[in-house]
Amino acid sequence: MTPIPPQRTTFRFKHFFAVLTARNIEFFRDRAALAWNILFPVLIVAGFAFAFSGEQIDLYKVGVYGEQSSDKEQQNSFLDTEHIQFIPVTELQPAIVKLERHQLDMLFDPAQKRYWINDESPQGYLLERILRGTDATSKFSKQIVTGKAIRYVDWLIPGVLAMNMMFSALFGIGYVIVRYRKNGVLKRLKATPLSALEFLSAQIVSRLWLIMAITTLVFAGTNLFVDFAMFGSWLSLFIIFTLGTISMISLGLLIAARLSSEELAGGLLNLISWPMIFLSGVWFSLEGSPTIIKQLAQLLPLTHLIDGARAIMIDGANLIDIAPQLGMLTLMSVVFIAIGAASFRWE
Amino acid sequence: MPPLLQIENLVKHYKDVQAVRGVSFTVEQGSCFGLLGPNGAGKSTTVEMMEGITPPTDGKIIYHGQPLGDRFRHEAGIMFQTTALQDFITVRETLDLFRRLYDKTLPVEELVERCALHEFLDRDTRKLSGGQRQRLLLALALINDPEFLFLDEPTTGLDPQARRNFWELVHGIKREGKTVILTTHYMEEAYELCDKIIIMDHGKIIAEGTPQQLLSQHFSDVVAVLPATELAGKELPMPVIKNGDSCEIVTRNVDQTILELIKAGVSLAHLRIRERTLDDLFLQLTGKELRR
Repeated sequence: MTPIPPQRTTFRFKHFFAVLTARNIEFFRDRAALAWNILFPVLIVAGFAFAFSGEQIDLYKVGVYGEQSSDKEQQNSFLDTEHIQFIPVTELQPAIVKLERHQLDMLFDPAQKRYWINDESPQGYLLERILRGTDATSKFSKQIVTGKAIRYVDWLIPGVLAMNMMFSALFGIGYVIVRYRKNGVLKRLKATPLSALEFLSAQIVSRLWLIMAITTLVFAGTNLFVDFAMFGSWLSLFIIFTLGTISMISLGLLIAARLSSEELAGGLLNLISWPMIFLSGVWFSLEGSPTIIKQLAQLLPLTHLIDGARAIMIDGANLIDIAPQLGMLTLMSVVFIAIGAASFRWE
Repeated sequence: MPPLLQIENLVKHYKDVQAVRGVSFTVEQGSCFGLLGPNGAGKSTTVEMMEGITPPTDGKIIYHGQPLGDRFRHEAGIMFQTTALQDFITVRETLDLFRRLYDKTLPVEELVERCALHEFLDRDTRKLSGGQRQRLLLALALINDPEFLFLDEPTTGLDPQARRNFWELVHGIKREGKTVILTTHYMEEAYELCDKIIIMDHGKIIAEGTPQQLLSQHFSDVVAVLPATELAGKELPMPVIKNGDSCEIVTRNVDQTILELIKAGVSLAHLRIRERTLDDLFLQLTGKELRR
């Protein structure tokens, strides 16, 4: 029995950079894919920014703080106003944040005769007039908060960027490696001193930096026109996107580890990406969906990426707040890469 | 000098196919070694095991007295039968990619010069013609200035002119004292290039030797070739093999055969006498035409 030449696990930067360079060149020369990578998210963002630009909420929302008297007579007459939705509020601070984001139009504390409005909200101004008009006798103290409205497009942007990144990672790695295996590019490389480790790391690094560059470019470009809400740190956002991209690339790698049929790989990649598009909360929040759906969503890396990115951008979360998401993405990446690299075949 | 490669009782079983069933041979340094056989004979599997691409089920491959290893990969030049190259990169960039994978390399200019790559050096590899592509693949096989070269059906699908050109390149490589291991479908190619050949069928070696040795071992006759129309309706005392538009008569005694043909009233205006070729040998040994 001849000893089989062992799977080489050496790592030399010279080999790594040779493959990295060739892959980078390929990415930029593939104009169709490149254009799609950039245009797709821009078009979605532009479409939604436009579609929701004229959005008017007919209903006025007022948060009412404190215990409400059950006696109708004792109640402030402002609370009888029709076409205003009064929402009981038990904690002041989160309600003020909602007011800042225009999720509430006014915060009202009848017991202490005070109210808060957002000076950038026309609804707040009107509600103030209504309050003063319905109860002209009371002396109210007014407090002003500021803050721009959180629009749907602000909520959407982390999801769209993450989804675009997911396509680029899954198909750019999964599909391409399977194609290279099928047509013999990998076999030719196997006959050289290149090791699987060198080859795979070059694939990962090439995709990672290209995706991050494109995502940054798309975000910065659309931000010029749409001016997204951003309450957290840019560094945190960059970190969670990097980690999310790595997890997606590793998932692509896992799928591409052994398959040599492009059709099967394409089917599998679709099978994985479509549930993520709908269950990871790209387009709509999963709050209120059945528990089973929410649990299923937890298995998808895209969910953790989007949750984390939204928490940073909209709620101003820091890295400690999103530690669960960071942890899950790291765990998934490690598992995917370990299985993918161990089962990798050149042919 | 010990042989460059020593193959001992090599076996490869796939799920239900015994592709290679115990072959042994040696490849001497500086020779051109030909591996012939019909489709499915097991020659590609054998070569892939020798290249270290496919692990054998059983048997030994000894390179310079040692099992295949890292040294082998650095010193081998391999040209596969079908090789795709990475998309969207040019010939020059492809050469650059492969050069960076080896420690010892030939300068790009030398490869370009030798394999005549100038005219399409900056072209996308997908836009090359068949002959240009084979020249690039040969350049890739030569990139590490290898001790020996595997050429797996290097001229399949090329036109006769491109094939001739390719043979010239291989002659040049042989003149440098490099060892060449060649598989081919073309007997003419084996005859032109190889110092030693083995013929495989059903996973086994069925003949081995220099082309001349094989021919004189198996044949002591020649072939008389006549157009089929000349023989139509004629009664002949000897067996005739019909081969397309012409008929062939195998004979050990040419004088006798010609007398018999004249007696039968056959015109000899288009008669040709030819030596036995490797094609005949192949047909006799395997019962199959090598080239359809």
